[in-house]
Amino acid sequence: MAEQTEALGVASGVPGEPFGGASSVPGEPLTCLHSPRPTRLGEGRRGLLAWAVAALVALVLIGVAGALLAPVAARTDFAQANLAPTLEHPFGTDWMGRDMLARTLAGLATSLGVGIVAACASSVIAFVLAAVAALGGEAADAVVSWVIDLVMGIPHIVLLVLVSYALGRGATGVMVGIALTHWPSLARVLRAEILQLKAAPFFSASRAIGVSSLRLVATHVVPHVLPQYLVGLVLLFPHAILHEASITFLGFGLSPEQPAIGVILSEAMGYLTAGSWWLAVFPGLALLGTVLLFDRLGSALRALVTPQEVQR
Amino acid sequence: MACEAGASRPSVVRGRGLKVSVTALSRAWRRVPAPLRVLVRLTVLLLAVSLVTFALVSASPIDPVQANVGQTAYLTMSPERRAALAERWGAGEGVLERWAAWLVDALHGDLGYSLRFNAPVVDVVAERLAGSALLLATAWLLSGALGLALGVLAGARRGSRLDRIVCGWCYLLSATPTFWLAMLALMVFSVWLGWFPVGFASAIGGTGAVSFAERLHHAALPALVLSLTGVANVALHTREKTLEVMEADYVRFARSRGESERSIVVRHGLRNLVLPALTLQCAQVSEIIGGSVLVEQVFSYPGLGQAAVTAGLGGDAPLLVGIALATALLVFAGNLAANLLYGVVDPRLRAGEVHHG
Repeated sequence: MAEQTEALGVASGVPGEPFGGASSVPGEPLTCLHSPRPTRLGEGRRGLLAWAVAALVALVLIGVAGALLAPVAARTDFAQANLAPTLEHPFGTDWMGRDMLARTLAGLATSLGVGIVAACASSVIAFVLAAVAALGGEAADAVVSWVIDLVMGIPHIVLLVLVSYALGRGATGVMVGIALTHWPSLARVLRAEILQLKAAPFFSASRAIGVSSLRLVATHVVPHVLPQYLVGLVLLFPHAILHEASITFLGFGLSPEQPAIGVILSEAMGYLTAGSWWLAVFPGLALLGTVLLFDRLGSALRALVTPQEVQR
Repeated sequence: MACEAGASRPSVVRGRGLKVSVTALSRAWRRVPAPLRVLVRLTVLLLAVSLVTFALVSASPIDPVQANVGQTAYLTMSPERRAALAERWGAGEGVLERWAAWLVDALHGDLGYSLRFNAPVVDVVAERLAGSALLLATAWLLSGALGLALGVLAGARRGSRLDRIVCGWCYLLSATPTFWLAMLALMVFSVWLGWFPVGFASAIGGTGAVSFAERLHHAALPALVLSLTGVANVALHTREKTLEVMEADYVRFARSRGESERSIVVRHGLRNLVLPALTLQCAQVSEIIGGSVLVEQVFSYPGLGQAAVTAGLGGDAPLLVGIALATALLVFAGNLAANLLYGVVDPRLRAGEVHHG
């Protein structure tokens, strides 16, 4: 991963090791300790931006296509059941003759929707708790870090099963479950960020003249942590989508009538031994691709936003 | 209270008073002997986990009596029997009362009765945990060893083709849904190639004792899949750490003495790299357990993860609580081991105290 973000500037070779020692000035031997690496295509700030935009466009296209194809995905045609991939049905058809490409796209669109809602909610929880922990004093900090330990102390999937059970399964259960389980890591990052900000003179000055905590958060904290927050939010999506698919696969998430990757794959389980490989392979690949797109978008944004990454 | 101008004043004073008491508390807390502190933290954690699971389970709209007895049986049942069952399941009582009752029973070693498995929860959890143990242990060890090896190799040869392949592979792996990987493995190795059985912990219909070789044969593929999912994290972290070590002064000195890269990695690098990897691996118990739920479901492997799914789908509330407690205990043990290892090996931490949240 570092390879892709290692974009601008100096190649940090091992010091003392002559690195590309050939002389650039004719006739004069030159030991080059840090040779600037030529920027390859897709690297550098512009390259990163291009990656981010491309990933975003692809994700939007998947969402739109999935929403448009939802009626096609539900259309059954028993004359064309269990077809291996052909040009007409690139992903094949399932046992009810539904086109798997349309179903996969519709499922991805559902996953995107669930993922976005859940990740946004989760990131808000993370921000609020981080602000409370960092600004609310020692007791609040202790309580928040204990809650983080509690949430991290139960495996995500087990907690998701519990929350989904509590809410009677269905889409709401998944969204609430993901929102409740995915905030701790982002909360830790944001808390550290805010603590750093707290040490800044302008912050203590505002505090000293009696600006209220809420106002401090609105005027100083939010603008300061916004980049980190947005990057953290984007990097939450892939986890949210993966967990949505997993929990749906187990039978707790979206109902079988809804088009969802988890539903498609759990149906495919029954056809594994029958040789219908396309039912499992293509939807899974599509899910993997979506997760990678989000990840690419997130890491490109992080490289663009955070100072440490820019310097690499 | 009612004064306008000084509205914020009392809260400041109260806040300061609170702060002082919290500081005093935390100072007193640090004076408690470490084993006792761990015990207290574990107790509080388990209490909280049981309370949270209890609250979640009782918030469920799924009626435990109906879910477990079944629609037909429920309809044909006499009202007295229904009332008796409702009382047995504690429907209608408050969460806290039920939790308190459960707690009293739990302290006597009775975690309730699982209706899905028709056995005490303690027995079900113990049996399922024993079933999962082989899977979890193998996956945990394999992923740690593989992750460490790949991370060191990639880090020692930064920028090489190997490095790129390892990084790309880990990147891909961390984005791959575990259950999909399990399905692919099942399809390729069990269905097409026929190298491994399609599922379960022993041959279907087989009676009597199951040989260890057979158990291993059945656990091999799930364990391999499960270990793959844990590799990415350890490998990438170890790689970062290796990069750090390879730029350290002592490595530069070793290099200037003329030691080969290989000997540098083996003699100076590994010692510094095994520990962070081990710590990370201990903290990763939660991920492995989470993955095992999915993998066991795909492979129909009778372990704790599969029991969790069965309990969740069947509305088996006591078993859900029991499983949540068992997994929380495992995760806590992993984190504790990580902290202790840190203390054992890093003298700087031993002098002070081993406390990581």
